[in-house]
Formats: sequence, C-alpha cells, structure tokens
Amino acid sequence: MSTFLELDHVTKTFGSEGMFGNGQVTVAVDDVSLSIDEDEASITTVAGESGSGKTTLSRLLLGSHVPSDGRMLYRGKDFTKLTSRERRNFRREIQPIFQDPFESYNPFYKVDHVLDAPIKNFKLASSNREKKRMIEDALEMVGLLPGETLGRFPHQLSGGQRQRIMVARALLLKPRVILADEPVSMVDASLRATILDSIRRLNRDLGISVVYVTHDLTTAYQISDNLMIMYRGAVVEAGTVDEVIPNPQHPYTKLLIESIPQPDPKNRWGSEPPQQNWDTSDTDIAGCRFADRCPAVMDNCRTTVPAQYLINEHQMTRCFLHEEKGVMENPDITSTFQTESETIKAVPADMSI
Amino acid sequence: MVQPTIEETRLSTEQAIQTYRTGARITDVDALVVDGFSVYYETDSGTVKACDDVTFTLKQGERFALVGESGSGKTTLAMGLMRLTRPPGHIASGSAILNGRDLTTLSDEEMRKTRLSELALVPQGAMNSLNPVMRIGRQIIDGILDHVDEDDKSPTKDELDETVRDLLTRVGLRPGVARLFPHELSGGMKQRVAMAIGISLRPRLIVADEPTSALDVVVQRQIMQTLGRLQEGLDASIMLVGHDMGLVAQFADTIGVMYAGKLVEIGPVEEVFSDPKHPYTKLLIRSLPSLQEKREFLGIPGLPPQLIDLPVGCAFADRCPSVFAKCREVTPQTQDLGGRRETACHLYDEEAKS
Repeated sequence: MSTFLELDHVTKTFGSEGMFGNGQVTVAVDDVSLSIDEDEASITTVAGESGSGKTTLSRLLLGSHVPSDGRMLYRGKDFTKLTSRERRNFRREIQPIFQDPFESYNPFYKVDHVLDAPIKNFKLASSNREKKRMIEDALEMVGLLPGETLGRFPHQLSGGQRQRIMVARALLLKPRVILADEPVSMVDASLRATILDSIRRLNRDLGISVVYVTHDLTTAYQISDNLMIMYRGAVVEAGTVDEVIPNPQHPYTKLLIESIPQPDPKNRWGSEPPQQNWDTSDTDIAGCRFADRCPAVMDNCRTTVPAQYLINEHQMTRCFLHEEKGVMENPDITSTFQTESETIKAVPADMSI
Repeated sequence: MVQPTIEETRLSTEQAIQTYRTGARITDVDALVVDGFSVYYETDSGTVKACDDVTFTLKQGERFALVGESGSGKTTLAMGLMRLTRPPGHIASGSAILNGRDLTTLSDEEMRKTRLSELALVPQGAMNSLNPVMRIGRQIIDGILDHVDEDDKSPTKDELDETVRDLLTRVGLRPGVARLFPHELSGGMKQRVAMAIGISLRPRLIVADEPTSALDVVVQRQIMQTLGRLQEGLDASIMLVGHDMGLVAQFADTIGVMYAGKLVEIGPVEEVFSDPKHPYTKLLIRSLPSLQEKREFLGIPGLPPQLIDLPVGCAFADRCPSVFAKCREVTPQTQDLGGRRETACHLYDEEAKS
C-alpha cells in the first residue's frame, strides 16, 4: 500500500489582514488531512454547497494552489521540494475534468486538438499511427465512436459528447487519479448517466482513483465508495457512502440530504430551512461554522471548534453531538474509507430519508 | 453610507415557516388556456418547429411544470407565451388566453403592460438579470413605475419604499437589502430579488424558467419553497420550466413533458411518476438516480432529432423501445386517457377510442 498524494493538516486561506488586506479572511480549506492511495482505486466524493471549499480542495490536490499551512506530499515527498521532472510526472498522473464542457474547448480548433496536445506534450506516441490508435482507444473507452467524433468542431457535438471527450483526453495520459469537478452539472439529466458511467468504468476497469467533486449527493451515492461533506472549509462528516447517506450524523449532512429534490411526489420537503449567513468573516467564528444554522446548536458549539469524532469504523463527524464517541486517533479522514478488500455492505432496505 | 447589519438582511426561521402554508390551491377557474400554440424559426435552411401545436390548460392556483431535454422547446414555449420570441422566431399559430384575453392578438404596447402585471417572469440565472450598477431597491421600483398609467398619479416615495420593504420581506430578505448592489448578494439572494420583482404587481401567472439551475440543493429548496409560498399568497398560477425531475416531483401539481417541440404527455404529477404513459416519460423517470437504491445507471440511448429535419411520424420513434410500423408513418395526436391524463403515442390508440 503506497500513498499517491497526502494532505497533512492542510489549511488554505484567502484574503489578508495585513496593510493591504481588507480584513476579510476566508478560510477555504480548514485543517484537512487525507490521503489518496495508489493501489486501491476508489471513487471519493467531495460534496458541499458553493463556498464550502470543495473546489479549493480540488485545486490543492491538482497542485494549482499552495497550502497556507500544513504539507502536501506526493509519493511521500514534500510538494514544494519536487524537482521539475517529478512535478511534470505529477501533472500527468492526476488529471482534471472540469465543469463546463463548452469552455474547455477552443471553438476554432477541431476536437482532435484537445486529444493531440497531451500526446505531443508528454511525447506519448512515437508515430502518427500510434497516436491515432491511442486516441481511438481512448474514445471507445468512454463510449464514443471515433468516426463520429474526430474531425468535428466542438459546436457540432452535444454537451455530453464533449464532456466524454474530456474524459478520453484524461485517459490518454494514463493517470493514477482523475479529479472531476462537477463534471455533469451542466449536462442534461438524461446524459448524466452515460458520463458518470464512463467515469465509473475507468475506476473499475483501469484501476484509476476518482475524486468526484459535486453538490449532487444522489449521483455521489450512485457512483462513489466514499464521501466527504464540506461546510465552509471544514470536512464536517466523512466515511463510506453506505454509512453516511442512509445514516447522516452531522446536522448539516442531514439538511443536505433532506433538501435533495427526490423524484418522488409522495415524499416532499419539510418546512423551509434557515438561510446561510455569508456576512460573518470566517475568522470571527470561534466555534462550529454551522452553529448559526444548526437546529441542535449547544452553548459550546459557539465557542469551541469540534474535533473529528469517530462514529464507527467507517464514519466520522465534526460535531459535539458525538463527542462521547471519542476523537479519531488518526487525523487522516480517509482512514474511515472503504478499501477494496472489504466487502461492500448491503444498503438497509428501510432507508428513511 | 450605513451598511445594513447582518440581522437586517435576514429573516428568522419562524418568520419563514409562519408564512409557509399549504392547502388546496387549485381552483376550477381557467387561468391560462393554450390551444395549438406553435413557435417557428424561419431560417435559410428551412423552418425549425421549436414548439409545435401545444395545447394545455392551467387552472388558477395550479403549479404546472414543463420538462424536457435542452432543445425540446420548453423555454421556446414559455418565451412565446410571454411574447418574448426574437426573430427569426415567431408565433406561427394558436392562441393563449390569459384571464379572457388572447395574448397572441394583443398589441405590443398592451403586451408590455400585461407583462409583470398579469404575467411575470422569474428568469433563469438571476445573477445576470439584475443591473449591476443599480441598487436593489431602485430595480424593484423600476418595473412598478413603468406600469403606472398616465392618468394615474405616481406613487409617492414613501409608498414605494414601503412596497420595496414589503416585497423584500415576503421573499425572505431583510429590508436593508434595498440599499445594496447585486454584487453584494449571494446567488440565492439575487434569485430572491428576481422573485420580488416578479411579484411586485401581483401577477396572475408566474413563469419561472429554471429558477434554481445554478444554485445548491439547500438554497434551491429554500427558493422553491419561497416561490410556492408567494404563489399561495397571491393566489396565482405557476408555470415552472426545467429539466430537473426531482424539483418537479417536489413542487408541481401537474407535469407536461416536451419532446422535440411537442407536448407528449400531461398529467397530475403523482400519477405520471407512478405510472408514466409515453415511452419517453418512462425512460426519463427510469433514468433518474435515486437515494433509495443503488443500481446501474440507465441513460436514454440516442439523441433527439434535429428540429429542422423531423422524421415522418413520431419524433421519438428512433429512440423508442416500443416502436412499431405506424410510428414511422403517422404523427401521433394527443389522446385523452381520462383522469386529466393525456399522451401523444400510438400505443394508446385503442385505449383512447374505447
């Protein structure tokens, strides 16, 4: 078991209180420790609302943000001390898929361009024939017919096709990890399934780990093994989807799950929940960031930051309601995750959400 | 300028819950009767039938949801009813009677007066529909002042301030928001402002075009519940346009499913979800991921046809698992299946006759 990427107590803040700062400091990622394993490919969802820090976390993982505090390790080596060769290798091994399948393309180039460029950059093919074969293989892997895809301009393809070409592009580089930031939020519901399915196949068939960043817990539940819920920078709950979704412990996770518009007219929402307070600076909040919206708020929530409490082997939460369960010994939240060797537990039939 | 405090910009939970009430809303009065409504785009390469021969009736107090994939014509229909279709698009045929007046025959000036006062739009992506250099309060007043008749005297500043305060409170914002600019608000707050503008003249029909498509689940739920509460307060009807079937299940009374410019199924939302009739609706509902069970994802195979070059017969035939010969020859007509359910599919030819 070797660790591909590790975050060790990483915090990322924006804004400053210094001479030129406006005094507003945003703590986008707050003391997060996690690790992505190389040998055990899994799909991990990072979920939360806008402003929860999920995109900042994914940028940290991609190496495009530097932690303000804490360390990031790539194959055991401090990220800031990588040689340019190692850094280049890192950029090949972790591949992003972005939200907008329109903006990822240059409209003046045929779609072939996004597939040619990585092969050229990383010198993956020795001949044109090999390049062509690689591209065709990658397209077929995501369920596209090369004949119907290549040679076209981006506007001639549907959003779903464009997004799948992006998956194919990532595949060409034979990455260890694919980081998909809201890959289906701009695609029609009927096309979501096919894109998510191609992502899941990469995980199963090619052993690529996937970090799926989303606010959609329904698709997260369908495709991922593990789940992290973020709220204003902190990971408030984490564990396997089979533990967290049927049995959420943090009041914020409960609110998120209750708010999902389920396609069942007989099972409608309860009353309107309170709105989020954006006006307080993160540094003004002494305790739990969810305290002002929490229906179960207690006195110490407003003064002290809750630690990571271990609910059970596969679930942890940062909420004082579970203080008696004891603090996690290992700060790495991924230690609660499901590893491949464990058998996947069946979902309880009487899931009442 | 004095900035409003946090307390001023927020409404308490109790206030929000108090104003949220449920109950029988739907009356027997027809609010909107759409008959044979078509919007075509004339292009050099031919006529694009973006919305073709659509017929439905919306009762007063009813929440009607129009769903379909991108390009199915749902937004074209909604914009057509608002008479906001841009050339080369035009209303090719049909009528849309709102409170006894046919919207398709009104003059441009009459239609301008009708918009907002009787028929209001809550747009998609409210972030782009507000003027960035105008304070929120001023933007709300703008529409109200524009609809004052020449012979009536303009409302006083105090009256307008009172109206703005009242509207903001009703959409769940503190009155202090009136002094802010759009960039000072979150996405959800901007959508609430758009709703405040929408209801400012107490319209009879609110057209909400994907009002929450860019928002997170919790905010989405809050916005939809606020919209429902406002509608009940006004005793208005709502036409919700969108592709999120979950949202439709949570919010609507009636659902209309569009495919390739045609309305292929209409019915009460509970019945359509439990027993869809049209094969497209069946596949659409089956493709929804659920939190109740894990299963293989099922997309709808194939792509919708090009609207400029529609096949003979049913437009869904190429993707339909139950297709038979007649589907490729005759265009199915809308059939009444009883119990306020209608569908345009040859599978029900016999059922409808009997």
